[in-house]
Amino acid sequence: MNKLIYRIPLQIFNYAVFMALVWYLSIKPPYHQLDEDQAMITFTLGHVGKHVDECIKVSQEELLKLPPNMRKPMSCSRERSPITMEMRLDDHVLYSKVVQPHGLYKDQGIDVYESIKVPAGKHILNVWINDDVNVDGPMYKHTQPIELKPEQHMIIQFISDSSSFKIK
Amino acid sequence: MSFINPVKRGYLALEGWLNFSFGSSWNPLYNLGTLTFFFFWVVFISGLYLFVFFDTSLSGAYSSVEYITHEQWYVAGIMRSLHRYASDAAVITILLHMFREFALDRYRGFRWFSWFTGVPTLWFVITLGITGYWLVWDELALYVAILSSQLMDGLPMLPGSMARNFLEGQINDRFFTLMGFLHLLGQPVILVFAIWIHVKRLSSVEIIAPRGLAIGAFMALLVLSLLAPAVSHEAADLSKTPSTLNLDWFYLNIYPLLDSWTAGQVWILALGVTGFLMLMPWLPPKKVGMAAEVHLDECNGCEQCAMDCPFDAISVQKRTDGARWENEVVVHPYLCAACGICAGSCHSSNPFRHSKKELVTGIDMPQYPVNEIRDQIDKGLAELKGETKLVVFGCENAMDVSKLRASNITSVNYFCIGMIPPTMIEYALKHGADGVFITGCRTGDCYYRHGNRWFDQRLEGKRQPILRQRAERSRIKIFRAAETEGKQLRAEIAKFQNTIAQLEKVDHE
Repeated sequence: MNKLIYRIPLQIFNYAVFMALVWYLSIKPPYHQLDEDQAMITFTLGHVGKHVDECIKVSQEELLKLPPNMRKPMSCSRERSPITMEMRLDDHVLYSKVVQPHGLYKDQGIDVYESIKVPAGKHILNVWINDDVNVDGPMYKHTQPIELKPEQHMIIQFISDSSSFKIK
Repeated sequence: MSFINPVKRGYLALEGWLNFSFGSSWNPLYNLGTLTFFFFWVVFISGLYLFVFFDTSLSGAYSSVEYITHEQWYVAGIMRSLHRYASDAAVITILLHMFREFALDRYRGFRWFSWFTGVPTLWFVITLGITGYWLVWDELALYVAILSSQLMDGLPMLPGSMARNFLEGQINDRFFTLMGFLHLLGQPVILVFAIWIHVKRLSSVEIIAPRGLAIGAFMALLVLSLLAPAVSHEAADLSKTPSTLNLDWFYLNIYPLLDSWTAGQVWILALGVTGFLMLMPWLPPKKVGMAAEVHLDECNGCEQCAMDCPFDAISVQKRTDGARWENEVVVHPYLCAACGICAGSCHSSNPFRHSKKELVTGIDMPQYPVNEIRDQIDKGLAELKGETKLVVFGCENAMDVSKLRASNITSVNYFCIGMIPPTMIEYALKHGADGVFITGCRTGDCYYRHGNRWFDQRLEGKRQPILRQRAERSRIKIFRAAETEGKQLRAEIAKFQNTIAQLEKVDHE
């Protein structure tokens, strides 16, 4: 009984310290993902580059020698081109990268999902990609004035089907 | 005083404080495993209740959690808070459990398996918590989902991009069904399996926290849930990146690293730390003494040693030597911790047997057999001079009792207090000792898990072999102390000597 007299308050104190730690670290300190005047731009694409070597037209004679399920009019090497991409905001390079195709034979596509913090406000967005190693410079490009609100998340997506950029 | 590393000293100070506050049976540090289980039970039961109201759809997830939090705050809201805070508390108890094993050097040698399997178990807990945060589908959930996906994208063997699933129009209700399945069934099953593996090499595993501690912990969780209910962020919005998030640092601490590191670097750090922790038992390895030996000629197959072994290193099989007994015991050396508890539990470890010849027991420690201990006691008692002659029994994982030797005190350092056959106490009293003083690891904190408990039960007559009634209890004293409590231990011995002196006086009168 004597021990209970001092143990109960001490136990309450210990539980309080423990739960204070649980509460504090469950929400604090707050994590600042962005400054108050910042927004986020995400550049994303899922795309397969052009064949590195030029495809060769297969003659009718050669086609007939092949089993029916393998008769393709064009013969292409497996290797795909790396994809070069660049995104600029007011002439400031935000993102610039050359991504190699996946796969042991580099015959797969690439996927990019890259988020970059930027200042909110009005900007000129300039984005381009090149998916053919045999061509120099931008192949698909897009320029657009944008206005970013603080905390806005703008997604710039390259649509392979239409070879165009979708900005949302 | 011998050197005690500061980490251990700090831990022992905390343990001492909690012993003072809770008593040894409720000390949270002695019950970290059962306390973690208790928190899991709170998580499980509160989770089941929350699932009743949770809508596993893209459009309904957030609003159902809002309903839980605000509309039905008096039950579901409290359940949500209990769910979160108990999950967080479990991380603290797991980390404390790891720290304790490290500070007390209980992660190497024969304990490698529990440590090695325990480290990935922590990851299962963390990933279970992470998927729980996804389900709320608020701004924090979106942040966790995208960054988790970016982490997965950083793994070289996975083709495609998981993060691209979080573009508008890509997520659908099936995503929530999948996450619900993972969080509610898949991951918990894996976790239970991992915990089962973690304790596989232990016997008499306790999973139920002492009632008083469980009630206290639950009340504390409840008070916290009422004072600071768990709430969500704003609903997930793909067109918004919130500047500030209230991260749960117990589960989500790795994500901010992605601000400045690539996913690959974060993986290298996480896997590097995990690998290092898992390899710690061999950095450097700890030597374990020779395994216990069975002497079939003295073993009647009573199985007491198999029941008492804290590490499941002894099994029972049919007799192989043709003796009239049904069973015999077998020691598995790779599991044996060399604690000697089996020798203490063996009826044939009675030192009154074979007094003129070598004492061979049914199961014994080859490096410190019962016969040698008996000889040591005989020799020590013969050398004692003066009044109140004392034999002090200690264990090598607490205070070194050889330092207590004096003209009227002799001592024996057992591997574990559980290694003492109760008849050895009787033997010492019968052969010239005026009192027997037993120390060793703190109550509730036996280095070999159950040594103290089994020993106490033997003395109380609740476990075989029992201390016989003829042994005078007033001449036996138990005072357990950590290495840092030498002063208190000496004071208790002096007090016990005074008590003995009083007894002697009464006897003379």
